[in-house]
Amino acid sequence: MSKKTTTKKTATRKPARSKKAKTDSWKRADGRAFDELRTIKIESGVLPNADGSAYIEMGRNKILCGVFGPREMHPKHQARPNEAVLRCRYHMAPFSVDPRRSPAPSRRDQEISMVMRSALEPAVFLERYPRASIDVYVEVIEADGGTRCASINAAAVALVDAGIPMKDLVAACAVGKVEDKLIVDLGDYEDKKGQSDMPIAYMPKLGKVTLLQMDGIMSTEEAEKALDLAIEGCKKVYEIQREALKKKYGIDQPQDKPQKELQPEEPKEEPEEEPRKEEGSQ
Amino acid sequence: MSANFQDRNLVLPGDVLYEGRIRTGENTYRNQDQVYATRLGLVNYSPDNVSVVALSTGYTPLVGDVIIGEVIDMELGEWRIDIGAQSEAVMGIPDAVDRPFRTDYVMTRVLDIGDTLIAKIVDLDRRRTPILSILGPGLGKIHDGFIVRFTPSKIPRLIGKKGSMINMIIKETGCRIVIGQNGRILVSGPNREREEMVVKVMNKIELEAHTSGLTNRAQEFLRQLKERSR
Repeated sequence: MSKKTTTKKTATRKPARSKKAKTDSWKRADGRAFDELRTIKIESGVLPNADGSAYIEMGRNKILCGVFGPREMHPKHQARPNEAVLRCRYHMAPFSVDPRRSPAPSRRDQEISMVMRSALEPAVFLERYPRASIDVYVEVIEADGGTRCASINAAAVALVDAGIPMKDLVAACAVGKVEDKLIVDLGDYEDKKGQSDMPIAYMPKLGKVTLLQMDGIMSTEEAEKALDLAIEGCKKVYEIQREALKKKYGIDQPQDKPQKELQPEEPKEEPEEEPRKEEGSQ
Repeated sequence: MSANFQDRNLVLPGDVLYEGRIRTGENTYRNQDQVYATRLGLVNYSPDNVSVVALSTGYTPLVGDVIIGEVIDMELGEWRIDIGAQSEAVMGIPDAVDRPFRTDYVMTRVLDIGDTLIAKIVDLDRRRTPILSILGPGLGKIHDGFIVRFTPSKIPRLIGKKGSMINMIIKETGCRIVIGQNGRILVSGPNREREEMVVKVMNKIELEAHTSGLTNRAQEFLRQLKERSR
């Protein structure tokens, strides 16, 4: 920590960081504020052969998601006569982590597949497609902590892109405790070093939490505060998801155009934004 | 009692379109006194209801639709046909052959696995499985041409008012175009170049389906393509 505040080698990084140091005495490993998300980039409709798809970059996470369906359920005995079945498959590419992992589905992959399903199910009108299946395939190309949240974010965008009727989008965000401080959107380093981690999926327009997991130890007050922080984070993610979906159809949307043109200029006007930009370019 | 968006604005699932008592139209749902969108699309307010014209949807089979499908399986006395909907469609022999049924009938002589066909939905059974028929003018097995995929909800745009768009494309390119309501479109023309022209203009229409003055722009686009190929 002290190393970062004292180094004066990189001229571009320095002013932003010292400014942060004045406002916050405590800083994160990558220089973010405690409630600051990583840079998020979402693109929808990237896979031509899928019914719906999305690509998300959340910090150094790179995740591709494809949605197929509603389509005939195979094997047929798994179909439910009263509603569709949402099937999720979370998979990490062998090269997504260091050291290289086995491509076979692990216990962790199975858990996250199940967790994603239960996070997305409340948002989808499954009862409109009896006997059908909706398949969500998530492939983690590069992992850097918080892949389950990033996967849910991508899957929600892909589901909307596939034209599946939904009650609301689902945005996900994690809050953790590192050095007795609550921080939002943990990176891999913080996740491993931290005392606690609480991923949350949230439907922002309906105000409903669809996923709440936690490991590690938090006091009741901390957990309550963490939940509020996570919901704030989810709302920020939600805005980015909206932008991503609108961008695909942004040809006739006058509100969208000036925003797109302004984006590259933003860092010049607000130097505080710089640490986020740097993090993405690493 | 208020509308939260302007007419024809882009809305996303979960957006509150209207607060108050009103009828819910396509792609919307009500939760107490609020009307929400269920799909990404353009909101449409009329005096007595709120609806969303979806910009991306799957195909929902309706009786009377002409569709383009592919035979994926055969069983005793029926073909199973993929039409890109939530369930496969079936077609029995009486719907495919206009002759008295005979037990020694060779089904593959009419349609084999992998064949593509133009068919009409004549019924939905109690599981809402579409029942197809190829008895009728213009229906039956497809022998040549391109199959282009198109978002089913945008097909009205491809046809245009009283067929203005599709007739323009046919006139400009000289291709035969059959529109399947399930978002598969058959294009067969005098040469490959012309067929590819249709594919290109369809991609343009698909991308810009929600904009106005599209027919004129599509026509201009086609003329430019023709100029270039000369």
